[in-house]
Amino acid sequence: MDFTFTPLGDQAITIEAGKEISEEVQQRIRKAAALLDERPPAWMVESIPAFTTIAIFYNPLAVLYDEAISALEELLQHAGEIPVPAPRTVEIPVCYGGEFGPDLEFVAAHNGLSAEEVIAIHSGGVYAVSMIGFAPGFPFISGMSEKIAAPRRESPRLRIPERTVGIAGIQTGVYPIETPGGWQLIGRTPMRLFRPEQETPSLLKAGDIIKFRRISESEYHGWEEHRDAEDS
Amino acid sequence: MLKILKGGMLTSVQDLGRYGFQKYGVIASGAMDPFAHRIANLLVGNHENAATLEISLAGPTIEFETDAAIALCGGDLSPQLDGKACRMWSILAVKKGSVLSFGAPKKGCRTYLAAAGGIDVPEVMHSKSTYLRAAIGGFQGRALKAGDRVPLNPVEPKRAAALVKAANSGQEWQIPAIRYFNEPVVRIMKGRQFNLFDAESQTRLFDGLFTVGTHSDRMGYRLEGTLLALSEAAELISEPVAFGSIQVPPDGNPIVLMADRQTTGGYPKIGQVASIDLPLISQLNPGDKIRFKEISLEEAQKRMIAQEQQIRQMKIGIDLKMEEWK
Repeated sequence: MDFTFTPLGDQAITIEAGKEISEEVQQRIRKAAALLDERPPAWMVESIPAFTTIAIFYNPLAVLYDEAISALEELLQHAGEIPVPAPRTVEIPVCYGGEFGPDLEFVAAHNGLSAEEVIAIHSGGVYAVSMIGFAPGFPFISGMSEKIAAPRRESPRLRIPERTVGIAGIQTGVYPIETPGGWQLIGRTPMRLFRPEQETPSLLKAGDIIKFRRISESEYHGWEEHRDAEDS
Repeated sequence: MLKILKGGMLTSVQDLGRYGFQKYGVIASGAMDPFAHRIANLLVGNHENAATLEISLAGPTIEFETDAAIALCGGDLSPQLDGKACRMWSILAVKKGSVLSFGAPKKGCRTYLAAAGGIDVPEVMHSKSTYLRAAIGGFQGRALKAGDRVPLNPVEPKRAAALVKAANSGQEWQIPAIRYFNEPVVRIMKGRQFNLFDAESQTRLFDGLFTVGTHSDRMGYRLEGTLLALSEAAELISEPVAFGSIQVPPDGNPIVLMADRQTTGGYPKIGQVASIDLPLISQLNPGDKIRFKEISLEEAQKRMIAQEQQIRQMKIGIDLKMEEWK
């Protein structure tokens, strides 16, 4: 497996597995990430996997760049041996439209569809998580149908409530925390994607398969009550 | 306890950052000026990662509800104890009932207040740093405001007594040199996408004068006045970034990513600030000027290691003196 290494400043290294986002490149990133989790070099502070790259952070007091590269080259030779775990499927319940999805009608009109058709297409798809980034627990999700693609809003909203589901171009995603943003909002999930009290604070991870399941407003509230009771 | 009488512009609890969770999209946070934060802690005998208060520009007013030994390091925001100017970069003994306040900023914009024992807040994901946007960590996940009472960890009585003696001794400490300039020349390494920029931009990066823009904060410093352009438009795949990455969005005004940066970014990186010079940027105010100068990776790491040795020397010196005073 070929990886290229470049410095990311004086305390990190960017490892690149390829120039384009392909299934093969992402598999290699996942394998390298799994290997680094399983056998982290003693000097490694942490790693951040992305679409085609992984960054490794280190302390120059413990290891210098050249030594770190040699150690990583040797370690990553074993990346091929790592079996990629069978993908997990996570079902995300979504209450579409209404106050939770103020842009559902816009997305429908933009594509010459009815709101019901947009919901059917969005909740009928099978999606994959490419990486976690941008915000805590925020999944970059691939696999949305172009039939419901919609441009970002011309002027971003200053506050998007946590757990809101949105569309931007051919991407769909869920905002784990309240944040400003320009995505078209189509619904909300009662499921928490960011769980700061847990050792693994992100519900999702790269490689997961995602399905969205439509729920009613009363199911949504029932879920929320159940969740809050569990949390307390 | 520290009783907050006035919160100031942005006063938050920080340590050296939240590491190990960036893979989940959780930002590192932590002190913007890690150097000042560490020195403040070491002066009062804390571990360098102990939680301090990061005080920005318009400082807070704080009443001490117990005796305490403190140190103030970083930018000079005219600190005063009970209305009288007090020293920075040194150990101060503060009496119960005393009030710490700040006046006009003289140099820089961030001061770190370390108290012996450290600020006592719970760890969230192995760190006491405040992650403002996610409202977690630090003191209730937010900046301090009037009425808050911030707890301090207890200090062993012998050590507390030694710190008072140290504060009254007039002892000068061998603090590793750092100077905050109003127009610093900051050392940077070439970034991963340096070669995607046109030749003129590559030259301008090192010749040009940049001005700190108004939208500069803990997340990033926006620089204006010298535009940088790619030789041809390129759509980049988001990849991990680091403290001090210099990204250039399509408008050509570079952004230096700081403590509250996101974990990944999609803009090309023209450069990366050497770790030892990050504090120079952290202390800049909007309107301040900045220039860049190239440093090799080897040299940057060599300087960093040399500075670490100086810090270690300082720590040993302080520890020895404290033993004497115990």
